[in-house]
Amino acid sequence: MNFRAMISAAAVLTAVVPAMVGTAAAQTEIQVWHAFSGRLGELIDKQISDFNASQGDYKVVGTNKGNYSEALNAGIAAFRAGEQPHVLQVFEVGTATMMAAKGAIKPVHEVMAEANEPFDPSAYLASVAGYYTTAEGQMLSLPYNSSTPVLYINKDALEAAGLDPETKPTTWPEVEEILIKLKEGGSACPLTTAWQSWVHVETLGAYHDVPFSTKANGFEGVDTELVFNGDLQAKHIGKMAEWAKNGLFSYSGRRNEGGARFRSGECALFTESSAGYAGVKAEADFPFSVTNLPYWPDVEGAPLNTIIGGASLWVMSGHESDEYAGVAKFLTYLSSAEVQAQWHQDTGYLPITTAAYDLTKEQGFYNENPGTDIAILQMTGKAPTANSKGIRLGNFDQVRTVIDEELEAVWQGQKDAKTALDEAVSRGNELLRRFEQSAR
Amino acid sequence: MEKRVTFDNRLLPYLLLTPQLAVTIVFFFWPAGQALYQSLLLPDPFGLSARFVWFSNFEYLFNDRYYLQSFATTAVFTGFVTLTSMSVALLLAVLADQVIKGAGAYKTLLIWPYAVAPAVAGVMWLFMFQPSIGVLAFYMKAMGFNWNPVLNGSHAMTLVIAAAAWKQISYNFLFFLAGLQAIPKSLIEAAAIDGAGKWHRFRTIIFPLLSPTTFFLLVVNIVYAFFETFGIIHTMTAGGPGQSTTILVYKVFSDGFVGQDLGSSAAQSVILMVVVGVLTVIQFRYIERRVHY
Repeated sequence: MNFRAMISAAAVLTAVVPAMVGTAAAQTEIQVWHAFSGRLGELIDKQISDFNASQGDYKVVGTNKGNYSEALNAGIAAFRAGEQPHVLQVFEVGTATMMAAKGAIKPVHEVMAEANEPFDPSAYLASVAGYYTTAEGQMLSLPYNSSTPVLYINKDALEAAGLDPETKPTTWPEVEEILIKLKEGGSACPLTTAWQSWVHVETLGAYHDVPFSTKANGFEGVDTELVFNGDLQAKHIGKMAEWAKNGLFSYSGRRNEGGARFRSGECALFTESSAGYAGVKAEADFPFSVTNLPYWPDVEGAPLNTIIGGASLWVMSGHESDEYAGVAKFLTYLSSAEVQAQWHQDTGYLPITTAAYDLTKEQGFYNENPGTDIAILQMTGKAPTANSKGIRLGNFDQVRTVIDEELEAVWQGQKDAKTALDEAVSRGNELLRRFEQSAR
Repeated sequence: MEKRVTFDNRLLPYLLLTPQLAVTIVFFFWPAGQALYQSLLLPDPFGLSARFVWFSNFEYLFNDRYYLQSFATTAVFTGFVTLTSMSVALLLAVLADQVIKGAGAYKTLLIWPYAVAPAVAGVMWLFMFQPSIGVLAFYMKAMGFNWNPVLNGSHAMTLVIAAAAWKQISYNFLFFLAGLQAIPKSLIEAAAIDGAGKWHRFRTIIFPLLSPTTFFLLVVNIVYAFFETFGIIHTMTAGGPGQSTTILVYKVFSDGFVGQDLGSSAAQSVILMVVVGVLTVIQFRYIERRVHY
């Protein structure tokens, strides 16, 4: 390109660019920061572009900010700099942190009311929405992607060990029998897990109506104290330690490292989030089944419901009211039965509204994909108690790290279950006290 | 004879110093001062409120025996990273110095790893040594060695040390090679004529003459292991299993950026600043005496 051409190109640009900006300014832009990449990132992008296409007043811009911790961190840093997005996706362990930041967030019920957007909290599944709702029943953040732990079974592995491939154990003693047979049949990894603290400590308590911490697992105040070192937890972790020692349970890592080992066929049984379904279905080249998380039959009233993991959408404070009107529209769109049903079917996350669940049923999805309704049945089967509503702790990410560290000491055989849980409780309590001080 | 350069203008010398001083103040004193101030606060993550708590952040840290343990972990980590990366680099530099054909290619290949970002280096090593998918882990298991860095603290430590040291070898290699080439050939040749063997020449001539380089690298490597390795730790072990690879700087990172506990994170960075300061003073006071310039 010669010099003259460049000049004329620049002239054209200066003439055209303001015109383009002019049309864009007619639409109110809404920033959404999320933690999804890969397949989930594509799906959220699709939801956003569908919303943008459905109306002309608002333009939602979605941005991936890394993993859950990184996205939360980015949101916090942006808030401190006065550059916060309108909507931030925050994982469930960050819930208490967000709730305590009263000046930084704008509760969802308020956003909806101010925008005169029809909003009925009872349309959402109680066991999901309860996690993000105040004691007074006001919804603070919008449930978006919620999942719950279930048990995945490699049918080929059962058959190879001489078991009926359709076996679906419901209790831990039944699981133990299967693990022993698998081991005898030569399996190097009869059982593994993802998210050990969430599945084998937090959910274990809720499932058996045993508290994780006082004050209704932190729902009734930040002066809560951890109590997950009771008999049930010690028994369960002790049993798993015994399995680890005898080669029945193989530890994979703190997050979902076990997923690759299950999908490759190395591990036979796998306790993991229901949202792992899409990945297993796409990658596993063996038949598999999904069943309820096992429970201990000697605990009276068990099993109750399991608790959720995943994330919700928080609206951040400090924006204009017409922008919040757009946010309200977007949240309504995300909660609509069609969008939710599609999301649920694509990902294995729970449908967050009863309508989306009913729609999925009507469409015959559960009949075509057996096992996909296990998670929702497990969540909604019984009315949640104070112990099974969820967990709301400050510094929860660090508390989980403490639990992970102590459990690793158990799997190594360095500590017995009770000692490790006691230690985790006392270390975790210090973190809770720090949060209590900073939230005052 | 007066050798000092003098300025006629009284202001000019200060004016000339200004850019350097400004850089130092903006990029060192100001953040360091902020860290000091923050270490006395207990803020909420969003910066909405902060309480002045005097030294309670420090008190909290020193009552935590896991934090005290992390000093020992850091000492082991830093010691081995420095020792491994420097000795391997020295060996490679001595060998590369003797290569006649294709010396350029060897040198380029040896310097290459320095361009790899710490987090990427961590992921690469993890790929090779991850118990279920790693190629090298597979062979180790085939040879009957129960390799398991996911659960075994010493295995995890070995792995992060290897990755951190590997990344630093190139840098050390570069300096050692330059140091070797600066040694006058005549000295070595004279010693050779006097009948000194290869090892003898290295021990009595080359190594002492390299001592300024070695000392410089010692300081740089310790600082590297202390401050620049959290990317490797984060991607490979996240400080686990247990806290067996939680070094001080990783704890600063994870408490501050993952846990949002900015008060404690600031207090830890102040402690770290003091530790490195003390170490540097010790190095210059006691080790530098043995250095021949």
